[in-house]
Amino acid sequence: MAGFLLRRLVNYVVLALVATFLAFTLASATFDPIGVLQQRNPPPPAASIEAKKRDLHLDQPIPQRFVTWMGGVVQGDFGRTIADRPITDELGRRIGVSLRLFLLGITIGILFGVLLGVVSAIRQYKFSDYFATLFSFILLSTPVFVLGTLLKMGAQGINDSIGTNVLIFVGETTPGFQGNWFEHLGDRLQHLVVPTLAIALGQIAYYSRYQRSSMLDVLGSDFLRTAQAKGLTRRKALFKHGLRTALIPMATLFAFGFGLLVVGGTFTERIFGWFGMGDWLVTGISAQDTNITATVTLFVAVCVLFSGWLADVLYAALDPRIRVN
Amino acid sequence: MTVILNEGDAAGTTGAASGGPVDAAPEPGKAMTRGRLVLIRFMRNKLALVGLVVILGMYLMAFVGPLLSKWSYDTQDYTAFLEPPYSEHIFGTDKIGTDMFALTMRGLQKSLIIGLLVALISTTMAAIVGAAAGYFLGVADKALMWVVDLLLVLPSFLIIAILSPWFRGKSWFLLVLMLAAFQWMITARIVRGMTLTLKEREFVKAAKFMGQPARKIIAKHIVPNMASLLIIDATINVGSAVLAETGLSYFGFGVQSPDVSLGTLIGGNAESATTFPWLFLFPAGFLVVFVLAVNWVGDGLRDALDPTSTRVRRKEKKDTKEKAA
Amino acid sequence: MTTSELQFDAPADAVVDGPVLQVEDLHVSFPSESGRVRAVRGLSYHVAPGEVLGIVGESGSGKSVSSLAVMGLLPSSARITGSIKFQGRELIGQNDAELSRIRGRRISMVFQDPLSALTPVFTVGDQIAEAILVHRKVSKQAAAKRAVELLDLVGIPNAVERAKAFPHEFSGGMRQRAVIAMAIANDPDLIIADEPTTALDVTVQAQVLQLLETAQEVTGAGIVIITHDLGVVAGFADRLMVMYAGRAVEKGNVDEIYQQPRMPYTLGLLGSIPRLDVGEKQALVPIKGQPPSLTDLPDGCPFAPRCPMVVDACHTAEPPLMDVDGSVEHAAACIRTNEIAATDAEGAEAAVEIFGAEVAAEPEVARIPREQREIVLGLDNLVKEYPINKGVVFKRRVGTVHAVAGISFDIREGETLGLVGESGCGKTTTLMEILNLQKPMGGEISVLGTKSSEVDGKRRFAIRRDMSVVFQDPMASLDPRLTINDCIAEPMQVHGYSKDEINRRVPELMRLVGLRPEQLSRYPGEFSGGQRQRIGIARALALEPKLVVLDEPVSALDVSIQAGVINLLEELKSKLGLAYLFVAHDLSVVRHIADRVAVMYLGKIIEIGEVDSVFEAPRHPYTQALLSAIPIPDPVKERQRERILLTGDLPSPANPPSGCRFRTRCFLHASLPPEQQRQCIEVEPPRETQAADHEAACHFAQIRQVL
Repeated sequence: MAGFLLRRLVNYVVLALVATFLAFTLASATFDPIGVLQQRNPPPPAASIEAKKRDLHLDQPIPQRFVTWMGGVVQGDFGRTIADRPITDELGRRIGVSLRLFLLGITIGILFGVLLGVVSAIRQYKFSDYFATLFSFILLSTPVFVLGTLLKMGAQGINDSIGTNVLIFVGETTPGFQGNWFEHLGDRLQHLVVPTLAIALGQIAYYSRYQRSSMLDVLGSDFLRTAQAKGLTRRKALFKHGLRTALIPMATLFAFGFGLLVVGGTFTERIFGWFGMGDWLVTGISAQDTNITATVTLFVAVCVLFSGWLADVLYAALDPRIRVN
Repeated sequence: MTVILNEGDAAGTTGAASGGPVDAAPEPGKAMTRGRLVLIRFMRNKLALVGLVVILGMYLMAFVGPLLSKWSYDTQDYTAFLEPPYSEHIFGTDKIGTDMFALTMRGLQKSLIIGLLVALISTTMAAIVGAAAGYFLGVADKALMWVVDLLLVLPSFLIIAILSPWFRGKSWFLLVLMLAAFQWMITARIVRGMTLTLKEREFVKAAKFMGQPARKIIAKHIVPNMASLLIIDATINVGSAVLAETGLSYFGFGVQSPDVSLGTLIGGNAESATTFPWLFLFPAGFLVVFVLAVNWVGDGLRDALDPTSTRVRRKEKKDTKEKAA
Repeated sequence: MTTSELQFDAPADAVVDGPVLQVEDLHVSFPSESGRVRAVRGLSYHVAPGEVLGIVGESGSGKSVSSLAVMGLLPSSARITGSIKFQGRELIGQNDAELSRIRGRRISMVFQDPLSALTPVFTVGDQIAEAILVHRKVSKQAAAKRAVELLDLVGIPNAVERAKAFPHEFSGGMRQRAVIAMAIANDPDLIIADEPTTALDVTVQAQVLQLLETAQEVTGAGIVIITHDLGVVAGFADRLMVMYAGRAVEKGNVDEIYQQPRMPYTLGLLGSIPRLDVGEKQALVPIKGQPPSLTDLPDGCPFAPRCPMVVDACHTAEPPLMDVDGSVEHAAACIRTNEIAATDAEGAEAAVEIFGAEVAAEPEVARIPREQREIVLGLDNLVKEYPINKGVVFKRRVGTVHAVAGISFDIREGETLGLVGESGCGKTTTLMEILNLQKPMGGEISVLGTKSSEVDGKRRFAIRRDMSVVFQDPMASLDPRLTINDCIAEPMQVHGYSKDEINRRVPELMRLVGLRPEQLSRYPGEFSGGQRQRIGIARALALEPKLVVLDEPVSALDVSIQAGVINLLEELKSKLGLAYLFVAHDLSVVRHIADRVAVMYLGKIIEIGEVDSVFEAPRHPYTQALLSAIPIPDPVKERQRERILLTGDLPSPANPPSGCRFRTRCFLHASLPPEQQRQCIEVEPPRETQAADHEAACHFAQIRQVL
């Protein structure tokens, strides 16, 4: 079993490398940072353009550039931006910002999603099921950038009606905020609520739909009938035998859900002015900056793959049939 | 963002239970054809019907609406800047005096066309590649599985965003191809899985043992028996494609000016949503309603094509109530 | 082993007087696409303490639904009326919490499909212990200990270890044992067994039936056993109830029902079963038509459209159950019971008389001596192995499954060879190897003298004309998207028949298999299982083959339909001079249809020969065990028969025993002195001639009659 998980991990590391290489290559091939530079008004002198080309290793073939960059990454140096700032300096802070958003979003999403899905399945075709279905359908049809903006408008409305800024939707802290740790925490929470909702709502909808259908599959199963025939009440059979089995397919979804989360996070960060990895990606592509783009890609790949690996572990923990081989 | 795809879809059979003695047949003469049954089931699903009407209505509106309005998306009303909706401009105007109705319809047109084309191309590709990979296995199959794995790590959103500088200033059709190129893989994997199941079905074996060549078996027996899955998937894919396009366009990585889409409109106006809500709400509203309608239709189709659908119960209750009344 | 404090009460502890279960005028209906399905319509029966009641019926007769109603396990969409009294207490109308105190404690149930009956994520021991824990206030340790005892009781070897295993590590038979252990855990007063052996192999079926009898002895419970197989209940049940279209159509003591059936449907059922113990060609009674749709039943007797004795009066009102032959015990729902009683014949013979059935003639080629006929299919030492691989990136071979380990047989023109064996014996692999027509891993396959190892693509394509196949599952063997016309025409299109020829031949084929050509434009979904199987046969005959490979062609069909298809196959053989390779697990059917039979065990043919010789005088212990395990639909015979019960499960084909492959389960081997046992362990027994056209592979072959 441990061997299996280890092999998967190795497989994932290889995939992450390939993904980063691909992103790096595509970015290097399409981006034209010099072109962007030349369009400046007034145009920079030719000498500084030449210097820039050298700095960015544009005179080298792409694979070599990747090897150079990757060589730095291994030593903890992610290269420099076009504006000549070291990426590593900013990286830690940005990862922190993003992870706070992701982890909270995914935790809330899974917990409430599973709960909603189970309730929905057990009460199939009753009012609560219809309500949950409608709720998740609307949320799944609302892209994060619309949902985020709507939440912003809603938060504005709440603030206006209360008269104070309870919910703050710009940035992750108030710049220059003074106070003790408790007040700091409060300030952070005020900033956190709306963006977390923007992320979590979609996740809840996503997981609840799958949990509902996986639970419905189990509802008709023979073993649930056996459990009842033993003398368990329907409710007890459902939660002990049904839910436990219905959770198994959810483990694999975890990896898919995380990919969704990363893309959603990008929008959320942009809309609420959080300077995380997603925001950086948009900045990087807009500035046609290969190093930023590749760094963010590496981060995304590692996140997705880690969640994929976690899904493997979960799957093995949940399903004895997998555990054996 | 794909909503639940039921992989267990019964490959278009009329619910043949596996194992056990065979049940009585529907009485000859009274038996409903499968098509009729599906139609009846679909028509019964009110939400799906509403969804269908909404989708058709939107396509009609996007192309006929602009003809009925006296404003055009590329002319400005210099007497009305940033006006909220009123009789002259039913959706209001933007900051340079463009009629928001004309603009929204223009954006809707582009988004809907892109959605439709992407769905058609990607579903066709998915059917061909998935069925071939599943039937022949071998190298093609390995490659497909690997690409799908890779896409999980490297979200298509990211790839197209990175490539966006390359198709800036070129035809929007390139974007269609890009979107389609990254949307078929997940469906292809599901098609592959179903092909593996169908391949073991006895009618496919029978065809093989009578000497039917492989490509004919795929065309005659395998793909038609996945029709229900493909129809559902094509429907859902229209929604996903529109979401993908608007998401990219939101950041300026998708549809490029002078073209407008719902995404560029939403992206351009999100900042001013709290102060001039009509700029944001109209395009966003159309987007959400359209995707919602697509999802409803997809869900209705799945229910109608799924032999184990249990909606009958509801229907019957309603009938008895009506009779009692 | 010290036994725990949880014990069974003394058997036959009559707590309450009167029946354990009393069902009165039970009605159950479900909503469906085409209206309300009235699955059970006015059913009444009772079970006395310690009594075994058999409920027999085909699919859709309402037998399972009525028992699920007793358990209170029907979906909430079901509408239930009437009365179900358990030990005098009304069950209908009780809520889930109240019922759950009875379920598993007083009434328990054994289900049909053991593979899905256990929760995959908990160990078997835990699941059995749970059954105890929900009803009794005992410690977890005590429950776990009891679970082990119960597993031991139901015959799971090494129970302490096996209790820790998960369901997927158990074979089907072992899982069914575990389910039975669960059912008897709380010493119930009633056990309902719903088709408990249908999904199992015959030898395992015999073990499980034996176990149910033991369960009945230790708990003293009343048992309701539901089945479609009249053989299964013949030796076990005290009373029998036959159901049709949601009602009881006949009930009575088991001997009376088998010997003096008074309802034409019961009669037909008895007449439609091929008998293992009938040597001479037996005429099988086909019941025409299909069971009625339960959504809108016609007035009158629901069996009337299929009944050979129908008169106008049958259509006016549905006959109630009436006492027959002046007996209070025996009742039948038919207005012409007296006339049935008037026939001299008994049981199945009466059926032949009333329904009219004929034995198909021998094909003309059969008159030529066997040796002079052409060999249609020859297998010479065929071998098929599968590698067992491990590892994701670097695959390495860790073992080999010896699915087919060198088998030889031939089929001559106009002859039927029955290939029989239980699941996992390699018969399906053999079949696929023959149909694939590729060069085998070892040995040779030759069709009409052409060796498959020497053919190219073109020649292989040509051979396919001479060999066709009919599959088991009529639901899956026709493409649901093609019309019947296209289904039957497909092989002719592939082989380049002209349009006119196809259009002429398709209706001809339809008539040949007993269907009307007007139905050609319909889709498979509109036909019943039996009709679809006929369509499959028509397709197989389209190219006028010499050999038809039949893969369990009737095992998915209800008995009343099965007889019709068997009769059709025999008639076609006689008319067209076909040769059949008939793969089956049902030896009764094989005895009826085959000329020769080959018995497979773990990839080897252990006995082969002329069918009567093999069945009357089996030489190999496995054949003997197999034959003795098959129940005969005759309660008197069945009670007298001695059953050879095999121990354990089939060994893994990846690691077959040395020497004789059967020795690990062989009763003969176990009884031998050590030096002779050594021969079994060390030397693989060759196939040796035992009589004219009868070979067996056993060092100590001896005749043992088991029928």
